[in-house]
Amino acid sequence: MSAISIIARLTFQEAIRRRIMLAGLVLGIAFVIIYSVGTHFIFGQIAADTAANMPSQMTANIMIAESTNTFMMMGLYAATFLSIAMAALLGADTLAGEITSGTIQTIATKPIGRADVVLGKWLGFAELLGLYVLLLAGGIVLSVFIQTGYTPQNLLLGLGLIYTESILIMTITVMLSAAFPALATGGIVFGLYGLAFIGGWVEQFGALLQNDTAIKVGIITSLIIPSESLWRRAAFEMQAPLTGTFGSPFTTTSVPSPLMMGYAIFYLVVILLSAIRIFQKRDL
Amino acid sequence: MADAIDTHLLRKVFGDYAAVKGLTLQVQQGEVFGFLGPNGAGKTTSMKMLLGLIAPTSGQASLLGQPIGNREAMRRVGFLPEHFRFQEWLTADEFLLLHGQLLGMNKDDLQQRRDELLERVGLTPFRKKQLRTFSKGMLQRVGLAQALLNQPALVFLDEPTSGLDPVGRRLVRDVIREVSVQGTSVFLNSHLLSEIEVTCDRVAFIQHGEVVRVLELASLSNDQTSVTIRVSNLVAESLNGLSQWGREIQMDGEFVHMIIASDTVLPEVTRYLVSQNAEVYSITPNRMSLEDIFIETVGKDGGL
Repeated sequence: MSAISIIARLTFQEAIRRRIMLAGLVLGIAFVIIYSVGTHFIFGQIAADTAANMPSQMTANIMIAESTNTFMMMGLYAATFLSIAMAALLGADTLAGEITSGTIQTIATKPIGRADVVLGKWLGFAELLGLYVLLLAGGIVLSVFIQTGYTPQNLLLGLGLIYTESILIMTITVMLSAAFPALATGGIVFGLYGLAFIGGWVEQFGALLQNDTAIKVGIITSLIIPSESLWRRAAFEMQAPLTGTFGSPFTTTSVPSPLMMGYAIFYLVVILLSAIRIFQKRDL
Repeated sequence: MADAIDTHLLRKVFGDYAAVKGLTLQVQQGEVFGFLGPNGAGKTTSMKMLLGLIAPTSGQASLLGQPIGNREAMRRVGFLPEHFRFQEWLTADEFLLLHGQLLGMNKDDLQQRRDELLERVGLTPFRKKQLRTFSKGMLQRVGLAQALLNQPALVFLDEPTSGLDPVGRRLVRDVIREVSVQGTSVFLNSHLLSEIEVTCDRVAFIQHGEVVRVLELASLSNDQTSVTIRVSNLVAESLNGLSQWGREIQMDGEFVHMIIASDTVLPEVTRYLVSQNAEVYSITPNRMSLEDIFIETVGKDGGL
């Protein structure tokens, strides 16, 4: 068994033994249940109102699909946020905590590379986040499907982008954790996330008001940290045809380009390589 | 055969502070080597440089004939860190399995070795318990087992007996002796001089990040002996004459204290005193303890 897979398995095992998995599972299920109960009544109300007010069955069906999509995107937005929070919490203490406690010393003096340690942890977290995103975002999509029979377009691509966003945040967290203490790492990551969030909003409003400068501010923010642009691309891929004309955080008016998606992947790889480099240079 | 450890002017600077100024030492294969020095002398930093945890600012070092950090060499090295913390959510069994896998050991060897070591450190009844439930002494024992999994050619032990009760200390001492007989070199960092005295073949005294003295402990009994002579009727000239056999001669009433190179000179000293018409009542050689030598070497202020 390679050193990377040993460390990945250890990371996974730690999450189970320290009941991080259990907490995530219980709260994740609670999240999906509350969402389902709430939308059950909302969807019922919408169906009744629309049927009463719309001139034809066809327009009624379109309106129902549009509003169902909006509520699904709302749920997915919350799921994305929770996945990002999980990514930051998982990664913040990992290298920093083990350096502080000295746990890392018996690992780093084994005949393995420090890159193996970083990659193993990264892989373990990526697996955990995959399960978490599947539970939360998959739960939302499944709940809506069971209630209404609705599935959004480009579902797998959309979920993939949401997953990539959580991986991106986790990778940034792991990199910072190789250099800074856990608390500082968490603070910086949430600060960056806030930056991306506000930059995304500025770009959205810029697009609505057709203000180029505001759009540029948003794009520059996305270059600094492309996490929010991944969400907005995911929303664009999955949103219903008419929804994109209104601005809200759950939908998108200014669409990040495929080039920006390529940039986000490139960014992720560079951050991961930097994490390895920083950890290799670090005195333990 | 290459030395187990060979360093030349190994240096580590943190900012503008040189934690290790220039460490030069050799540890032979199969030797139990004690690393002594006051707090802050750079012992742990030196050890971490040798283990590849801290990058030296300058200088050279090799372990088992390979440059530091070499993976093939690290496959044959064991390490028990000071203030160690391990993955406390693992059981003792899982913990040893993890470290054996990281060492690249094959499954059968690893299981056999793990069982042997758990038995040796007395933890077999607790092997299925998570480390979080272990006392400090039990953790130290499982840490020692971890350091010996690969039957290392060289093992680093940083304060292995700190926090242990007398039974645990005896166990560590016995284990050190056993692995040494099997040919493992032991690099022992400890404050407990009495421990060092009974386990080590040689010691290095380190101060301000430099080796200030290397001593063979086997020679401690006849090298560096202090002697107390109870004598009367001794004139100053005769007292001065004693300097041909010893140094640091002090007179305190009818007691004369001096340090001699070897107790083989004592009969000559006796004949000399008698020939000088002094009345000799007793001559008592006091073997210098390692503690005396430590204080003599680093000074009473600990080199602060």
